This record gives sequence, structure tokens and C-alpha cells, in this order.
Amino acid sequence: MNKPSAVRSVERPLTVEKAKAEERIETSPNSVRLIFSFIACSAFWLVFGTLVGEYLGLKFVWPELDTISWLSFGRLRPVHTNVVFWGFLSQGMLALALYVVPRTSQRELFSYRLGWTSLVLMNLSVVIGVISLMAGINNGAQEYREFVWPVFAFFAFGLMLIAYNLYKTIADRNVKEIYISNWYILAACLWTIILVLVAYLPGYQQDGISQTVIQGYYMHQGVGQWFTPMVLGLTYYFLPKLLNRPIYSYSLGVLAFWTQMVFYTMIGSHHFVFSPIPWWIQTVAIVFSVGMIVPVTAGTGNFLLTMRGKWRTIARSYSLPFILVGVIFYAIVSYQGTLEAFRSLNKVWHFTNYTIAHSHMSMYGFVSFLVWGGIYGLIPRMTGNEPPQFAVGAHFWLALIGVLVYSIPLMIGGTLQGLSWIAGESFIESVTLMTPYWVWRAVGGTMMFISHLIFGYNVWKMRPTTDKMTKAESVNA
Amino acid sequence: MKLNFHKNHKLLFGVVFWGFIFLSLIIAVFPALWVQQENEPLPASEPMTELERKGMKVFINEGCVYCHTQQVRPITMDENWGRPSAPGDYARINRPSVWRQTPAVLGSERTGPDLTNIGKRQPSSVWHYMHLYNPRSVVKESIMPSYPWLFQVVENPPKDATVVSIPGEYGPSNGKIVPTKKAKALVAYLKSLKQVPMDAKPTAAQQAKADSVAAQAAKKKINGATIYANNCASCHQSDGQGVQGVFPAMAGDPVVTAEDATDHIRVVLYGLQGKTIAGTEYQGIMQPFGESLSDEEVAAVINHERTSWGNDAPTVTPEDVAKVRNNDELNKIQAEE
Repeated sequence: MNKPSAVRSVERPLTVEKAKAEERIETSPNSVRLIFSFIACSAFWLVFGTLVGEYLGLKFVWPELDTISWLSFGRLRPVHTNVVFWGFLSQGMLALALYVVPRTSQRELFSYRLGWTSLVLMNLSVVIGVISLMAGINNGAQEYREFVWPVFAFFAFGLMLIAYNLYKTIADRNVKEIYISNWYILAACLWTIILVLVAYLPGYQQDGISQTVIQGYYMHQGVGQWFTPMVLGLTYYFLPKLLNRPIYSYSLGVLAFWTQMVFYTMIGSHHFVFSPIPWWIQTVAIVFSVGMIVPVTAGTGNFLLTMRGKWRTIARSYSLPFILVGVIFYAIVSYQGTLEAFRSLNKVWHFTNYTIAHSHMSMYGFVSFLVWGGIYGLIPRMTGNEPPQFAVGAHFWLALIGVLVYSIPLMIGGTLQGLSWIAGESFIESVTLMTPYWVWRAVGGTMMFISHLIFGYNVWKMRPTTDKMTKAESVNA
Repeated sequence: MKLNFHKNHKLLFGVVFWGFIFLSLIIAVFPALWVQQENEPLPASEPMTELERKGMKVFINEGCVYCHTQQVRPITMDENWGRPSAPGDYARINRPSVWRQTPAVLGSERTGPDLTNIGKRQPSSVWHYMHLYNPRSVVKESIMPSYPWLFQVVENPPKDATVVSIPGEYGPSNGKIVPTKKAKALVAYLKSLKQVPMDAKPTAAQQAKADSVAAQAAKKKINGATIYANNCASCHQSDGQGVQGVFPAMAGDPVVTAEDATDHIRVVLYGLQGKTIAGTEYQGIMQPFGESLSDEEVAAVINHERTSWGNDAPTVTPEDVAKVRNNDELNKIQAEE
């Protein structure tokens, strides 16, 4: 038998053909509309938030890009962070959670009306928040809680409604066991509600340092008790589902869950190592930062062992490569975070651009990739409409290469910044030495931004279309 | 129902919810409360004035904290910024209104310099106005944004207005620059940022750190060029040319190039303002460096100035500096001035 030659290029298409989504899953049109609306909003905020981010990145290279107060760095920076947090990622994750929780509870969502209310409230919060930040109204410039409380209250209320909605769905489940995804997803909602209340309630946090103690607690867990458990929970559903094989170890997932809750809560103050907040809080934070090795290793090990031997399936899928990248970044950034907490390394990296690289590797490489993996894995199966494979590939590679080109130079530059300070050079040296690394950051950021435009196009291509929706409705009727 | 996390949702989520509340109380709420109970301004500090408070609001609203820390860590690399920060340094920063929380001034990034002691490092309002209007007018390599919306450009400013002169290429094509109320408040706030002596006993950990810092400092190499870059270049510029009409040039300056360095040493030790040099009146204020720099450091920076940018004047020794420092007669004249 003649084997086809591997080097004959004429027979090679531009992209490797990926497996088509399996046949459609039965989902009620109600749920398709709600979930897709969350995703559409999320995609919009992604494009908006990273357009702002891209613009901010350019300002490091060209500080005189504009001299308009509403577009100045100090005002736009919180716009970028808050939009990608509360607009893009939160709504993207919740879209997937609104599918996973009812699916694994084998029933419909408790209330679609509440779901829509949450969507409206959250978007209202982000829109008003963005305008007020650009106008120069913020909540004492406390990172990630820059929205003043009357604005963030909309988001918090939306979150409470979602939590209630999901809880009622789980409580009335038609299976005995609560699937591990639901542990993570609902816990993330409950933790974040408490977190937001602790962050905004008055009384115990008043002046200078007492406020800083709460800020350490909040700014870390705004990431770690919301985005991390949420995407992990989603991955505990999507990874086995897309691979068509059970999760490697259910117990490891449970172990990671409880250690995440206990260890992660204690480590917020590692953002204030060497600061005047009580020394023992800093030490506790550093100790538990080391403890984080347990849930991280349990989580990533579990996912990678679930993937073992299925690499062909992953390569042939267009959603699984996103999940693979997300899992690898989860491990990298978490171990990196532990290292950054050590006093000896904190000295070099704290206050430098290294931390910017770290935060993008976690929120982007880890969280965003897992959300994208879930979206590409779910939506075509819900709507019956597939995105063009080439466009998904372009999104994947631009985003992946983009985040590497973004973060590796910033890690190098950040380290040099720290070493320059330690060497006692004049401060301006640490600014001028960064120029080439900031140029690389802008290049990587541009690639990431282009990939988001492609993602927006893909979401449009995956939208529910009338003909397929009516068919589904008649099937369900 | 059985005590089974996998089957009993009330138990599972009850533990998740109350467990997290418990952890939050012990790691955040109670510590914040304890810290608040011990919240006490340093005895030597003074309450902020109304104007400074307004300035802090501008500082926060414009997001200055995203690039500037106000936090000196008890490690050697931070000693240029001042003594290690103590909780008391922040005790007067409180909640401005029911709508906003206490400002986060400690910061998390140091893209620009730490501002803990900016009022001491840079007491000149003129410098601050120029720097805010366009940072590159005083620090060429700066990447800080310009804040023109804190200023007005007027054709004929009234006599009593503060007019900021900006060197040619950075100023507006016509008209004069006058700071708004916000700019004045912001500059008042920046000038108020000075560490006051710490009378309270440092904690054991801070003391241990401070001791090792002092030991390291003793071994530190003294480099005149670095001291100049950190302390002098923002006004006199790294090329020694100054800024016309505001900060005098070092290159070719009569005091800097004089055979007798006594006046030069005095200016560095005690500062200067309102001096007319070669017919030009300079607006800037120079702060005294006598407290922040040692005799060795003053000598090093003076020698750097005396031998750079084409200057070729006799150098000085730390002993010369000590002599001026300990000369009562000169100090008396200084006090009278």
C-alpha cells in the first residue's frame, strides 16, 4: 500500500481539520438565550476592556499619546482591570455556570427571570462604573474595588441573585450527589459575596493601615476566591465531558477544594510584604502561600492525568487546546505566586513590572483560556452553529503567543528593575531600562487584542439562529 | 440527613459559607479592628490642612497611586526614600465621606518614584507645577502623563496670579500657564508629604531590620554621579544645564566653579532661594541637604558638579564639608538669612 508522502505539501490544507462539534445537546431555548446573552456581553467587555489595556500599554512607550483627562493613565487603569474582571470574565464564567449547574443537577435553571435580572444588574454596574472612573470618581483607588459602593452594589446584588438561583437549582437536583463542579461554582459565588461585603462594609476598616489589612484580604481573593474556583469548577465539567472520559480522581478534586478554601483565604497580605501591616499577618500569608502548592498540584495533576494519552483528541478539538493551556498556566502562575511571596524574592520583584506579568499570566493565560475553552466547547453544541475553524485557530495562537510575548519581557524587565534598585542606581535608570520591554509588551498586547476581535467574530458566528431555535422549540414542545 | 458533603447540600454549602466567614474574621476583620484600635498618629505629625486634604482627593481621583508608592520598606534598597514606614505614618488618612473609602496610598507599583518624602525632596512649588503640566519639561526621560487640565492658559494673567513658566517647546504657543485650584491643592498635598521622626519604639522585627539596614548603609559605596541623579538632576538636569529662569545651570556657574568651595558647600547644606545669578532671577526653591546627606556624600556630589559638564574647579574633601557644617559663624549668618 502506498503511504502518502508527509512532505507533499499540495495535499496539506492550511489548517489541520478539527473534529466537528458532536450533535446538538438538548437545551431549552430559554436557557440558550440567557447563556448566549451572558457570553455576548462578556465578549463585548473583553474587546472594550482590552482595547483600554492596549491603549494603556502604548502610553508607556508614548506618554504624550493624548492629554485628555478622561483618557489619562491613572483613570483608565482601573477601567481596564474592572472591565475585564466584572465585565468580561465574570459574565463569561457565569454563562458557563448557568449551563453546568442545571445540567449536572439534571433539571432546568431555577429561574430564568432572576438570571436575566442578574445580567442586567451586572452590566449596569460595569457601565456606570466605567463612566464614573473615567470622570475621576473612584473608591479611594483601592485596587479592584474602585467602583464606589452605590455602583458596585448593582453587581453584588446581581451576584446574590445568581447565587440564590444556582443554590435553588442544586437543592432541587434530580440526582443524589452534588457534582464537584457545583461545589466550586456555588462556593465561588458565596465566597465572593462575603468578600465583597467585608470589603465594603464600614466599621472595622477605617484609617490607614486597618484599611490596608482589608485591602490585602480583598485584592487577592477578588481573584483567588472568585475566578480560580469558578473556572476550576467549570473545568471539572468541561474537561471530562469533551474528552469523554471521567475525571482522573474525584477525591483529588475534593482535597483541592477544601485546601483552596482554607489556604487561599489566609494569603492575601502577601501583597503587602515588608509593609507596616502587622508582621505576623505577613508571615501567615507567606506560610500559606507555600501551602497553596497542595491545591494547585492536586488540581493541575488531576486535570493533566485526565488528559493523559488523549493528546490526539485534544489536538483534534478546537476547545480542548484552550483548556490545556489554561491548566498549564494555572500551575505556572500559582507556583510563581508562591515564589513571589518569599521575602527574599519579594524584595526583587515587588513594585516592579514582574507583578504585571504575573497578573496577566493568571487572569489571561489561566482564567481566560479556560473560559474560552468552555465557550468553544459548549456554544456550538447548544446553537448548532460552529465558528470557522481557521478563526478559532487564529484566536488560539494569537492569544497564546501574545500573552507569552507580553509577559516574558515584563518578567525579565521587572527583574532588572528590582536589581537596579538593589544596586542603588538612580531611580530614572529603572524607568529607561524598561523601554524595550514595554515595546515588547505593546507588541504582545496587540496580538492579544487582535485575537479578541476574532473571538468576537466567532461568538457572532456561533449565535443562535432563528431556524435552529424554532426547530429546537418544536422538539422540546 | 446524613453528614455527607456529597449528598447534603445544606451541610456542604453551610460549611463553605460559615467556614469562610470564620476565616475572614480571623485573617481580616479582627486584625483590621485591632489595628484600628491602636491607630495613633506620630506625636510629631500635624493634621492635614483643608487644602492638603483637597489635594489628596485630586491625587486619588487621578489615580496617582497606580504608579507611585508611599511605603518605605525596612530593607536596604528602600533607604533612599526615607526611614521605614510605620503604621502611625498613615494614621491620619481616613475615610473622606460615606461614598468613598479611605484612600489607598501605600501603592502596589513603583513605576515612578516613591512619594513618602517628596515634600522634603522637592519643596519647590514651581518644580511641581512644571512637572505636572509636562513632566518632560523637568525630567526628560519621564513617562508620567501630563496634567494640562489642572492648569489654565490665559492671555493676560492678573497680577496676583501664580504664573508657571515652562521652557519653550513644552509650553503653549501663546498665553501663560496658571494653575487651577486643583493643581494648587495637589501641590500643597505633595509638599506636605514628609516623614516625621518616629518616637514610638519600633517593633522587634523592625528594629532588627533597621539595624541591618544601618550596617549595610555603612558599607555602601558613595558615588557622586548617583547622588546627583537622585537628588539634583530633576531641577539642575542631568546635563547640568538647569532650566532657564527656574533652576540655574551647574555648568559654568560662578559658585560651582569658584576656587573657594565654601559657598558651594553652604548651598548644598542649607539650600537657597530668590538668588539672582548673572542678571537672571531664579524662581525655584532649593531645599537643604544637610540632614539627608553625610559629609562624604555632600563632598562626592560637589566634586561631581565641580568636574562635570566642562567644569574644572578644585575638589573638596569630607573634612571641608565638616568644617562648614561646624562653623558657627556661617551657621549664624544662615539662621539670620
